[in-house]
Amino acid sequence: MQFFFEVLIGGLLSGIMYSLVALGFVLIFKASGVLNFAQGAMVYFAALSVVGCMEKGAPLWLALILAFAIMTLLGIATEKFVLRKMVNQTPIALFMATIGLSFFIEGLAPMLWGNEVRPLDIGIVDEPIPYILDSYNMVVSSFDLFAAGVAVALVAGLALFFQYTRVGRALRAVADDHQAALSIGIPLQHIWALVWAVAGFVALVAGMLWGSRNGVQYALTFTALKALPVLILGGFTSVPGAIVGGLIIGASEKLAEIYIPPVLAEVFGGNFGGIENWFPYVLALLFLLVRPEGLFGERHIDRV
Amino acid sequence: MARQIGDVILDLKNISLRFGGVKALTDISFDVREHEIRAIIGPNGAGKSSMLNVINGVYRPQEGEIIFRGEHRRNMDTHAAAEAGFARTFQNIALFKGMTVLDNLMAGRNLKMKSNFLQHALWWGPAKREELAHRRKVEEVIDFLDIEHIRKTPVGRLPYGLQKRVELARALAAEPQILLLDEPMAGMNVEEKQDMCRFILDVNDQLGTTIVLIEHDMGVVMDISDRVVVLDYGKKIGDGVPDDVKNNPEVIAAYLGTQH
Repeated sequence: MQFFFEVLIGGLLSGIMYSLVALGFVLIFKASGVLNFAQGAMVYFAALSVVGCMEKGAPLWLALILAFAIMTLLGIATEKFVLRKMVNQTPIALFMATIGLSFFIEGLAPMLWGNEVRPLDIGIVDEPIPYILDSYNMVVSSFDLFAAGVAVALVAGLALFFQYTRVGRALRAVADDHQAALSIGIPLQHIWALVWAVAGFVALVAGMLWGSRNGVQYALTFTALKALPVLILGGFTSVPGAIVGGLIIGASEKLAEIYIPPVLAEVFGGNFGGIENWFPYVLALLFLLVRPEGLFGERHIDRV
Repeated sequence: MARQIGDVILDLKNISLRFGGVKALTDISFDVREHEIRAIIGPNGAGKSSMLNVINGVYRPQEGEIIFRGEHRRNMDTHAAAEAGFARTFQNIALFKGMTVLDNLMAGRNLKMKSNFLQHALWWGPAKREELAHRRKVEEVIDFLDIEHIRKTPVGRLPYGLQKRVELARALAAEPQILLLDEPMAGMNVEEKQDMCRFILDVNDQLGTTIVLIEHDMGVVMDISDRVVVLDYGKKIGDGVPDDVKNNPEVIAAYLGTQH
């Protein structure tokens, strides 16, 4: 039983890391109806910018601020040079534009900062917490716990921002109805630039955590792929959905990895490792059949 | 009547609007006086909504001039129009359906709020005072339109007639100088129409708001408006007080068809 909980907790905490990436998708999808395929590339770019600034001699805090500034500029540029040209296009056309954008960023990032794999040290060790190891005999990484704390703070901050500030209200208004937002004088362009900057910030946070765990490398762009099942589960338009979806994906893939192979091996014989690599996608597929709008997504009903 | 119709505040001169080869509006001129209720009528596809869209900057006309309070411009953008005091409602309701009535109205006052984002985030000093002041103003509008009971209800859950009223409320929350109403009574039953009429007249009478409205219900239009513009196929075919318009042969032809 204790082992079960250890796996469960490990899974939940790693799920939080998926949630962080999914959050960036949700923000942009809510505000502009675009599924931003470039979110993974943005995670890579943000982490690389931090490492690049540090190599140039900046301390961590300064590198973070600089990277945030770069991500903000990237957000503004994306609005100005990509989205504004594509106003009133179909969602699929916008989606294609973000695929182009992701290739652009994936090329730009190593051009600016170099493409070798680099470590990123944010001063949190990835080791089991001694207290929990001693008293419960469970391995819980302090880094995972830190990541979870960051994610909770980020989500709480975003929720307060959306719910209680004027800009947040404007953001929700734009997400709800573009035409109505325009009529009350909310400048769409500013709001979109702002949303992309916030998504850049979320990418930065995700990039820091993923980068310091796995090293800053091109593979960071693939985190976006892990975010997709999270989004399908949680719903594309829900911030809490991204969190809960991440937790479910994280926990279920780890549990599946541990408990399903022995059963399969008994029935069919042979080796069934690596289930966690495809399990989330199968789960997402099943979910699409049962509840396509996700756990927290808005159900879309068209009147005929 | 208490209200006094004032000078011309909005003057549209020779407006032409084309979409590719389609002439939506051709050389249309008319004016709007302060405090009046000005109706735009015409058969389907006559260009009424396009006209409103030109006024609040959604469309940019290829020719013509818009003069608002002495200021000349070819076109506005929607942000500038909202800032200048235009508010509008839409033919197919455009509300923030996921937000409560209260939030919708507060969003309607978005432009009037000046404190910056950081102050807001910290709910500090001026931001708090400001939010409270705006809240008071919004409550006045809620009171005015009798929607106290649905204050905290998400708009998407309200019946159609009430949504229309909330949309009017959101427009009013911005304290507009000119209110543009695109078919405020479309799809309503008689009772709802009467309510809406009363609200529009109250707004005009008690708040002194100038109103430009599009409506298909001729009875309503002739009853409540001071002057009427008639459009047909993007051209102006009539303009004047309701009685004149009613007896204008061109208008009658447009609505009933001509004898061949």
